Amino acid sequence: MALQITAARPDPALLDLPWELPLETWPEEHLAALPRGISRHVVRFVKLSGRVLAVKEIKADIAVREYQMLRMLGRLDLPCVVPFGVVSGREATGGSPLDACLITRHLQFSLPYRALFSQSLRPDTSTRLIDALAVLLVRLHLIGFWWGDVSLSNTLFRRDAGAFAAYLVDAETGELHQSLTSGQRDHDLEIARVNIAGELMDLEAGGFLEAGVDPVDTSNRIVTRYAELWDELTGVQRFESGDRWRVDERIRRLNELGFDVDELAISTDIGGTTIQIQPKVVDAGHHSRRLLRLTGLDVEENQARRLLNDLDSYRAGSDRQNDDEEIVAHDWLAKIYEPITRTVPRDLAGKLEPAELFHEVLEHRWYLSERAGHDMPIEDAIRDYVSTVLPSKPDEATVVGVDTVEMPVVAMFDDTGDAPRPTPRR
Amino acid sequence: MATVKFDEATRLYPGNDKPSVDKLNIDIEDGEFLVLVGPSGCGKSTSLRMLAGLEEVNAGKIWIGDRDVTNLSPKDRDVAMVFQNYALYPHMTVADNMGFALKIAGVDKGEIRKRVEEAAKILDLSAYLERKPKALSGGQRQRVAMGRAIVRSPQVFLMDEPLSNLDAKLRVQTRTQIASLQRRLGVTTVYVTHDQVEAMTMGDRVAVLKDGILQQCDSPRHMYDHPNNVFVAGFIGSPAMNLLEVESTDGGVIVGDSTVAIERDRLAGASGKGLTLGVRPEDLELRTDGHGIAVTVDVVEELGADAYIYGSTKAAQHVDEDDSDAPEKPFIARVDGRNPPAKGETVYLAPKVGHVHLFDAQSGLRLGD
Repeated sequence: MALQITAARPDPALLDLPWELPLETWPEEHLAALPRGISRHVVRFVKLSGRVLAVKEIKADIAVREYQMLRMLGRLDLPCVVPFGVVSGREATGGSPLDACLITRHLQFSLPYRALFSQSLRPDTSTRLIDALAVLLVRLHLIGFWWGDVSLSNTLFRRDAGAFAAYLVDAETGELHQSLTSGQRDHDLEIARVNIAGELMDLEAGGFLEAGVDPVDTSNRIVTRYAELWDELTGVQRFESGDRWRVDERIRRLNELGFDVDELAISTDIGGTTIQIQPKVVDAGHHSRRLLRLTGLDVEENQARRLLNDLDSYRAGSDRQNDDEEIVAHDWLAKIYEPITRTVPRDLAGKLEPAELFHEVLEHRWYLSERAGHDMPIEDAIRDYVSTVLPSKPDEATVVGVDTVEMPVVAMFDDTGDAPRPTPRR
Repeated sequence: MATVKFDEATRLYPGNDKPSVDKLNIDIEDGEFLVLVGPSGCGKSTSLRMLAGLEEVNAGKIWIGDRDVTNLSPKDRDVAMVFQNYALYPHMTVADNMGFALKIAGVDKGEIRKRVEEAAKILDLSAYLERKPKALSGGQRQRVAMGRAIVRSPQVFLMDEPLSNLDAKLRVQTRTQIASLQRRLGVTTVYVTHDQVEAMTMGDRVAVLKDGILQQCDSPRHMYDHPNNVFVAGFIGSPAMNLLEVESTDGGVIVGDSTVAIERDRLAGASGKGLTLGVRPEDLELRTDGHGIAVTVDVVEELGADAYIYGSTKAAQHVDEDDSDAPEKPFIARVDGRNPPAKGETVYLAPKVGHVHLFDAQSGLRLGD
């Protein structure tokens, strides 16, 4: 059978990869020198035309389905990895068929949860990761996507102004429905709870978990955080008709959570004495959309919030409240944001994303100002930050995992082959 | 341990006018292995998910034992979806990998240990309990994952196409293993597949669905010998049953240039002259007198003791109304493997006496027993 490549924008260099070899045995020259995480399937990260791609070996029909699902989720503007293509019709040199490969782009500056735990981090890392996962799960469920395999391993995290933004990595078990039943949502949550507890217990067993963190308590947080957010985003609220300000308040509260209300159902009882409101369509990305509109910067939600705050103080500080917001934003971008983020020397650019760096510099300025007892200019803060803090940070542009045992379960009940193949270490 | 009962269970998706599962009635016995099978879109997965609590039941009820679970949340139903998420944790021992879900559920340590040891015994993993998963073979790892479900001792195991991502050889191995494990555990199991061979080899009973409607629920043997209707007749069995559109005559049906004798009371049940005659490939005989169904041999598949011939015939073949643009199905017969006809040859075949299935052409229902 002939090799078949399905991709939106196929890269001819794809043909140079050794598709006739099982993924497990691909020579090192093709691989990005990056470690790997746990996966049910064999997964490798390859270098191709200057970028890093994740290649997963699975059956052709599943690969095609997942490719299409990821494209669909991307079109729906949900945070997930971007599919690159499917290679099927693979044959080994002897002519025996090989499984297909699903290729996704590596998400820059994203971190697998294991990598986060292998660094020394702030104490509440696990809760912040779970909060991010809860937001992702709510967003997916609002669209009607049932994940089926919610876990920290199937999620990538990007730093987001001190918090995290979660991205879906594995859509193999996922299904897109018109809307989800509460049973489907419950089931996803239960899967999440059990998987997170297992993953944290595993970190604990490996000595990677922060002291004092209880895996079971922490995993329960996904349920409570999810429920809070879901209720806030979809709950019905009733009040007296005199309390109309509550409509505005509800919308503001949702904005505060990072959501825009596209459709709000308002109804009154027959006598008109009580009003009932329920958000029908909500859209994540309230702050990041506003920032994108004002400056063209495409960043995570909390980063956007942070940047917008700085933009607001710039506007107040330069006494331009009466100027057009777009014009002030343009000036802020040219005079503050870009000069600051460009100060970073090239060799340190792989440490943090520009928007995250900007957030860190703002934090750093606050510390410096507190220590000095007066306001420090941001130019001083960035200089100090680049010389004292940034060099000691790990490179995070292309982290794909930590060096841990990889465990593809490819065979079931095959009592013949007993000794597992040793995991190649590089 | 529990029985499961689908009682007129119906699922109608919002916006659809036809139910995806329509008044499903199945009584599953305690400890039984029931397989739901059918072509895609038949409602088998939806039925399983209704039982799991993932799909709403719009009408009717579902019972597990004497509990009405129709409106219970999935986690309160005491069912386990097996093989869905079988991540293994590299730093935890095999015992912890099997038992951690019980720890989350607040089961005490002694009880966890007891259940893990029991499951390990059944799964032949006793010697590996203190090892890390990386020291295990692929098959052993898979059993650890299975152990995760077993230690929960759920009342019902639910499996939705668990073998779909395996290659053909492993599928065969694994399905035998799952079936024998289920028999040892004796836990009521509902299993979904689109593969009728898998269904027939694994299930105590098989439920065939089509368009959301249960066609037949029976033991594999009885279903093979007594398909209720034309759909089940054509769906169950590999190679598939030959189905011919025939007309009844006095005391039989006309097939090719001859008459196949059929008991009069069997013919009496027909609504008209039009009938569908079903003959399995192994129930055909080669005739040397030049009478019977004339078949031109296109392909000969030699299997050693037997051979299958795939050919074309002028006799009117039954066409599934949902599948009318499908390519014409070959006429298939099993013949002696030592002396098969040659490709291109025309052979004459007749059904063995007493081995024909008869269906009303209008209703599709079986005539006689």
